[in-house]
Amino acid sequence: MNFRESLESGKFLVTAEVGPGKGTDVEHLLKDADIIKDRVDAVNVTDLQSSVMRLGSMAFSHLLTDMGIDPIFQMTGRDRNRLALQSDLLSAWVLGIRNVLALTGDHPTMGDHPHAKPVFDLDSVSLLEMIGKLNSGYDMAGNELKGAPDFLAGAVVNPGADTEAALELQIIKMKKKIAAGAKFFQTQAVYDIDLFEKFIRRVEGLKVPIIGGVILLKSAGMARFMNKNVAGVFVPMPLIKEMTDTKDKVKKSIEIAASIVKRLKDLCQGVHIMALGWEKMIPAVLDQADI
Amino acid sequence: MLIAERKPMEEILEMIEDFERILVLGCKGCVTVCCAGGPREVKTLSTLIRMDRKQKGRKVITLEDSTELQCEPESIKPVLEKMANQYDVVLSMACGAGVQAVAKLFPDQLVLPSLNTNFTGIAEEHGVWTEACLACGDCILGRTAGICPVTRCAKSLLNGPCGGASEGKCEVSKDQPCAWQEIYHALKRLNMLHYLKQKPQVKDWPVHPGRVVREDLREVEAT
Amino acid sequence: MDNFEPLIAVFSCHYCSYAAADLAGSLRIQYPPNIRIIKVPCTGRVSVNHILMAIESGSDGVYVAGCLKGTCHFIRGNYKAEKRVQYVRDLLSEINIEPERVQMYFMSAAEGNKFAEVAREMTEAVKKMGPSPLNKSSS
Ligand code: SF4
Ligand code: SF4
Repeated sequence: MNFRESLESGKFLVTAEVGPGKGTDVEHLLKDADIIKDRVDAVNVTDLQSSVMRLGSMAFSHLLTDMGIDPIFQMTGRDRNRLALQSDLLSAWVLGIRNVLALTGDHPTMGDHPHAKPVFDLDSVSLLEMIGKLNSGYDMAGNELKGAPDFLAGAVVNPGADTEAALELQIIKMKKKIAAGAKFFQTQAVYDIDLFEKFIRRVEGLKVPIIGGVILLKSAGMARFMNKNVAGVFVPMPLIKEMTDTKDKVKKSIEIAASIVKRLKDLCQGVHIMALGWEKMIPAVLDQADI
Repeated sequence: MLIAERKPMEEILEMIEDFERILVLGCKGCVTVCCAGGPREVKTLSTLIRMDRKQKGRKVITLEDSTELQCEPESIKPVLEKMANQYDVVLSMACGAGVQAVAKLFPDQLVLPSLNTNFTGIAEEHGVWTEACLACGDCILGRTAGICPVTRCAKSLLNGPCGGASEGKCEVSKDQPCAWQEIYHALKRLNMLHYLKQKPQVKDWPVHPGRVVREDLREVEAT
Repeated sequence: MDNFEPLIAVFSCHYCSYAAADLAGSLRIQYPPNIRIIKVPCTGRVSVNHILMAIESGSDGVYVAGCLKGTCHFIRGNYKAEKRVQYVRDLLSEINIEPERVQMYFMSAAEGNKFAEVAREMTEAVKKMGPSPLNKSSS
């Protein structure tokens, strides 16, 4: 089953994520992907994550298709104008890439080339609209394509938005993304399940599959770092304490992730596990969560 | 108004290195209001130049004057002509447009900039300015409660915020409110939140350099 | 250099330091003859250009003497002066003139002693620095 079929089948989805690194060395990433290959429905490939210059998402997504993994090609509006974005999508299609995740992208100031010219010609919403147009056989300017793609497009939503305005705006924008063609949503990492449940109650009427984000906690320090620096991620104190107190961080990390996955099973249509290099642990997390 | 700042003295002094008679030319428009290049700043800069030269034991003559609006040819002409042949170089304290207007009007005269032009902005308080308008040529302030997302959102997003804001501040800087959250509050205050639900926009960016033509104002040829 | 006698301009506020200078006079407190007092209605009136002009026209040092913080007759004049003094110091560093040649002091009308003390302190400091670079090269 490819990702689209899994999505349409209504089964509980599992996606993971790989972030290409700086340079041409892809061996270990391919190894990580191979470990999780049979346990996931798709693997996201990030697009210069955190605005740090890295190997591109399209090339690595293509390598995954060669391995028989269905990639979700992440595409941000940060670095390319509408010409390049459309062209890259056509290129991705001929390389066998079938799923796209449309994102606005972090600002270049967040990364390692902070004075690069930010592009943002299209944002996540207009990117989705454009994908819809390509799918229908036309480019953004209305010119007919010779051979059209048929992408499955998705988007992200941040359920942990920390102010009333931020949350309301997230939901308004989520609706715009659905209208623009988003067929699934992946979320920022969820730790506070009660808060996530509130969010789900607000948006369940939208009838769109939501895949809840799970980041494997590697240490208490990492949790504190995310609380401080990653918008929309909040690791509650008790979890941080569990990480501090444990003798076996890996075991604890798997335990926490598995318990989150278990609870998400009742709330949404899938989990998106961001292991950040700990891909080896994903099978154990899934086993413990009975998936 | 245009907001500008004086260049570092080192850079200015290097530019004027080879000249002895310098016309320091301020502008009584925007740069007077933002205290970067008005008559007072002309006096300050001229004094600094003289003091620098005196230390180096080198001669310099500084002429000090200001145009009403240095971006308007009519206002440049009388000032420069009044002092014709008394200076070797014009050190402009106007914005980039002012410098270029002088250069265009006096093509044989070397004109140097002493300011860096930053942006079109407004004063938050005396001494603090923020960028407000990118002159995009298609103003949407009517839909955004008078807060420009093209300019004040770091990513110029038109269809709502990214997910990067934290505690109401933009992901690029803790000193900068997220423009979209400000728009949300303003629209809520005005009872116009439905404006946020408009259909998605894609910005058609203008081609630079811009050019505006008003036929009704142009010179007419008598035939 | 040992017999260098600096010339120091003092922008002195009518309400405090000027009165303090008067008091120092009546009490016959000695202070160096190097200072030249320019009376201003408030130190808030002293502009960047005033200070620069004083330096350009030959002062080896300049200081602004305003009221104690919180006691300015015009509420914020001395605070403004303090910021402008700092601004001028930055400008001077940009053209390689020691910023320490320009200072800000605060005192009350009753501090005749302090007035004399500041005048001595500033004179000593500028003496140590030597003549203003502007005065050196012209001679
Ligand atoms: S939308 Fe913004 S940038 Fe465009 S004209 Fe209006 S204020 Fe200026
Ligand atoms: S945080 Fe707000 S202002 Fe900053 S880039 Fe995102 S939407 Fe724009």
